[in-house]
Amino acid sequence: MPVIMILYYVISAYLAGMLLWNFIREKKNINDMLLYLIVLIPFVLRLLRVK
Amino acid sequence: MTREWIIKSILLLVIIAIITLSGLQLYEHRHFQIPIVPGPGVTKVVKLSEYSKGLKGSMADTNVFFMEGKEQGGKVLMMANTHSNEPAAILTALIFLENAVVEKGTLIIIPQFSNSASRNTKPGDGYPLYFEIQTEWGSKKFRMGNRDASPLDQWPDPDVYIHYPDKQLLSYIDTRNTNRTWPGRVNGLLMEQVTYGAMQIMRDEKVDIAVDIHGAETMFPVTNCIVAPEKSIRIATMTSLTVKAREGFENHVEPSPSGFRGLSHREIGDYSDTLPFLLEAPLPFLDQPTGPKTMDLLLDGKDPFLLSLSKKKKLFVPYDETGWPMEKRVGQHCSVILELLRQFSRKHQDRTILIRNVPRYADVVKNGVGHYYHNPEEAKKSDVYFN
Repeated sequence: MPVIMILYYVISAYLAGMLLWNFIREKKNINDMLLYLIVLIPFVLRLLRVK
Repeated sequence: MTREWIIKSILLLVIIAIITLSGLQLYEHRHFQIPIVPGPGVTKVVKLSEYSKGLKGSMADTNVFFMEGKEQGGKVLMMANTHSNEPAAILTALIFLENAVVEKGTLIIIPQFSNSASRNTKPGDGYPLYFEIQTEWGSKKFRMGNRDASPLDQWPDPDVYIHYPDKQLLSYIDTRNTNRTWPGRVNGLLMEQVTYGAMQIMRDEKVDIAVDIHGAETMFPVTNCIVAPEKSIRIATMTSLTVKAREGFENHVEPSPSGFRGLSHREIGDYSDTLPFLLEAPLPFLDQPTGPKTMDLLLDGKDPFLLSLSKKKKLFVPYDETGWPMEKRVGQHCSVILELLRQFSRKHQDRTILIRNVPRYADVVKNGVGHYYHNPEEAKKSDVYFN
C-alpha cells in the first residue's frame, strides 16, 4: 500500500474518531446524534476496507 | 441508564445494523468469484502480474488465457471488461474462451481486464450487484462491476489527472479508468500498471491485433461502431462493410482522435507495432434518462423513456420495442472480431490467425448467450479458473 494511501486511512480514522467524539458529547439534540452516525458510515466502511 | 444513553444506544444499534447488512453485501460482491471453464483451445493460463510485477497480490491482478494453434501464425490480444459495467464484453470473451479452437496463430484473452473495477459498484446509480445469464444447465452468475477501479485498490484520486507520458490534463476520476491510463508505466498508479502489463504482453509476444471490447450509451455518438486509429482503419472499414453486407447489422467506423490521450485505440497504436481496435455495442443500461437500473434493463435493453426519445430521433442507433437484447450485442462482437481476424489474415498471409467453433451474430441471436457456456460443476476442478 503506497504511503499516501496509508496517510488517507489515518485521516479517515481521525475523522471517524472526531464524529464519534461529537456523538458522545451531544446531550440533547437527537437529530445531530443521528447525523454524526450517518456521516460516520462511509468512514467505517472505508476503514474496514469494505467500500 | 439515563434517557440520553438509551437514545444513543438505540441509534448506535440501528447504525451498526445498517453497516453490517450493507457491508456484508458489499464484501460478498467484492470477493465473489466467477467460474470460467476454458475450452479445448486453452494451452496456458498466467497472471497479468507476470508482465507487470507491481500487480502481484493486488485485486488488480487478473488471469491471462493463451490459446495457441498447432500452426504458427499471427497473434491477437482480446481484452474484455476494461469497463466492468459493460458486460457484453466479458460474455463475448467467455464464448471465445470456452469454445474457440485455434487452428493457426495465437489468441490471448484477458476476460476481466479491470479486475478491481469488476469488484466495485455504483450505489449512487442503483446498479444491481450481480446479473445472471440463463443456460441449459441453470443460470450463470456474474458480478456487475463499475467503470472505474475500486478506491480500495487505488486511493486517493488527484485533483487533476495528468496523463503519462503526454501530460494531458484529464478528469480526476480517470486515474482509475483503464481506458485512460494507456500506455501505462511500470511504477505508476495501479491502473497504469494494469495497462503497462497489457502493453508488455503486446511487445513481448509480438501481438499483431488488440481488440478492446466495450459498450456505450445509445445517446452517445460513438456507439455501435469500431474505433480505429489511422494504421488500423483499412481493416476496420473492410470489416464494417462485410458484416453489414453478409450479416445485416450496422457497425460503422469511428476514427481514433489523436488529441485525446490515454485511450487503448490511440496509445496501443502509438506505442507498439500492434493494430488496435475498440468495439462498441449499444448499451441502453448506461443511458441517463432511463427507468430503474435493473438486471432486466441490463439484459434486454428495453426502456420506455429511450423508446420515446427514439421517436424524437434523439438516439444514435435504431431503437424499437425490442430494445437492444444482450444476444444482439454479444453476437455483433463475435462477428466483428471474427471478421477483423479474417480481414487481417487476408492482408498478412504469413501472420494468419485461424479460429473455428465460435458462433457468429445469427447463431448467438438464435441460441442465446448462455448456450455457449459450460457447467463448472461438470468440469474437472483443476480445469476451472476463477476470476
